[in-house]
Amino acid sequence: MLELRNVHTFYGKIEALKGINLKVNKGEIVCLIGANGAGKTTTLLTISGIVKPKEGDVIFDGKTINNYSPDKIVKLGIVHVPEGRRIFPELTVEENLILGAYIQKDKQKIKENLEKVFTLFPILKERFKQLGGTMSGGEQQMLAIARGLMSEPKILLLDEPSLGLAPKIVERIFDIITEINSEGTPILLVEQNANMALQISTRGYVIETGKIILEGSSKELLNNDEVKKAYLGE
Amino acid sequence: MLLQQLVNGIVLGCVYALIAVGYTLVYGVIELINFAHGDIYMLGAFFMYTFLNFGVPFLPSFVLAVICCIIVGILLDIIAYRPVRYADRLAALITAIGMSIFFENIALLIWGADIKRYSREWIPHFFKKLFINLPNEHFQNVFLTVSYLQITIIVLSIILMIILHLIIHKTKMGTAMRAIAQDKRAAALMGIDVNRVISFTFALGSGLAAVAGIFIGMYYNSIYPMMGYIAGIKAFAAAVLGGIGSVPGAMLGGVVLGMAETLGAGYISSAYRHGIAYAAMIFVILFNPAGLMGKRKVDKV
Repeated sequence: MLELRNVHTFYGKIEALKGINLKVNKGEIVCLIGANGAGKTTTLLTISGIVKPKEGDVIFDGKTINNYSPDKIVKLGIVHVPEGRRIFPELTVEENLILGAYIQKDKQKIKENLEKVFTLFPILKERFKQLGGTMSGGEQQMLAIARGLMSEPKILLLDEPSLGLAPKIVERIFDIITEINSEGTPILLVEQNANMALQISTRGYVIETGKIILEGSSKELLNNDEVKKAYLGE
Repeated sequence: MLLQQLVNGIVLGCVYALIAVGYTLVYGVIELINFAHGDIYMLGAFFMYTFLNFGVPFLPSFVLAVICCIIVGILLDIIAYRPVRYADRLAALITAIGMSIFFENIALLIWGADIKRYSREWIPHFFKKLFINLPNEHFQNVFLTVSYLQITIIVLSIILMIILHLIIHKTKMGTAMRAIAQDKRAAALMGIDVNRVISFTFALGSGLAAVAGIFIGMYYNSIYPMMGYIAGIKAFAAAVLGGIGSVPGAMLGGVVLGMAETLGAGYISSAYRHGIAYAAMIFVILFNPAGLMGKRKVDKV
């Protein structure tokens, strides 16, 4: 349902993506792993319209969406939970979540979705009136994901959800990602924590300096010698 | 006399506050000091003049003048500021100064350099009536006159500020404004049309500035193309004094500045009124650099 065909993205003169080909099908969790600066985040930013590809196509549900503005892309159902969470620190949890449903006009629907994210993240119900910035890193990550779910995305892009979190919390976050996916939302997961990412995903891509150098089922990648050496630390 | 000066100060302060919130709103959302904002206030006074001059009744003129300023504010954002939104901040600042000069000269071209006045018959008689006129049989030693115009300025300013507060804190658009102020990119990822919300911010500020311009036109009964310059700088000082980016701060800053100015003019010398107002601002900034209600920003690394 989401496809990148030969996508080249530039920051000024620097070519950050050098022809990315990538696909996410219905129901999948696809992970994109790679080192710092390899182009993982840029790939997501290109999909969500924050940066525009110079060449190639981003295709969603058969439509080329290269030139769509970020808000239009959200309206199509592509929701990007950014790296470093980027919740609104001076807004309450409630306001953060309501903003997540910005494109949703139906108030009843917003209420239903709030209940849904509360069952997924009960802690947010407790923290409802608290300022986003006063919560712990793990709670902020949960808020960021919950905020993304508020608009009932057709596909979820997650950028480094494990970043800076304690291993126990990372496990919980990954459990939740699996749960969201099992309810039918395909996920494109960008991670430095390759081991965890490959364990919960169906397929994976390995990106290095703006190019996909390897792709395959996550099981294959987990057993691939190169991947083991470079990303799994074995 | 003190009582009279306090009332005059509050009236002037309300007008400054109406302009100052426009500075602070725009600064809060896109970190731009919109130097052309004072000129929108000037245009408000002139649009009002023009409509009244064409024989349009008072209230429709008022509404039309405000709407015209809102349109000018939105166009200002779209034509002048949007193209430099992601450029260096200095580029936007220079653009703002350029737009200010542009508006002043357009006004000179259209309306001329002479001082214009609203004719007596244009303004409803109600505003000239006195709400309080002392001394009377109850207060023998108190000297105070307050016109209905002054009361209207105070009451309407307060009402507009309350409405503004509700818009910012209770509506979806207001929440989006606050979100953009905190993180533009994250806001865009929520599906917020960032440009539209920024234009809305300009519209809000411009509408309030127009009201201020009309009030001053009626209050001092003299309008001229450069009137936006001093008022703009003064309101900017008020916004800084209150803590730039903070809406309640701008309101408070406006009133403090207006008070300082009228009290200074009354008790020290009216020749120094502007100087006294700025001195008040400098005094506050000296001891509290973030302004009265501003937050001290700590840059995170």
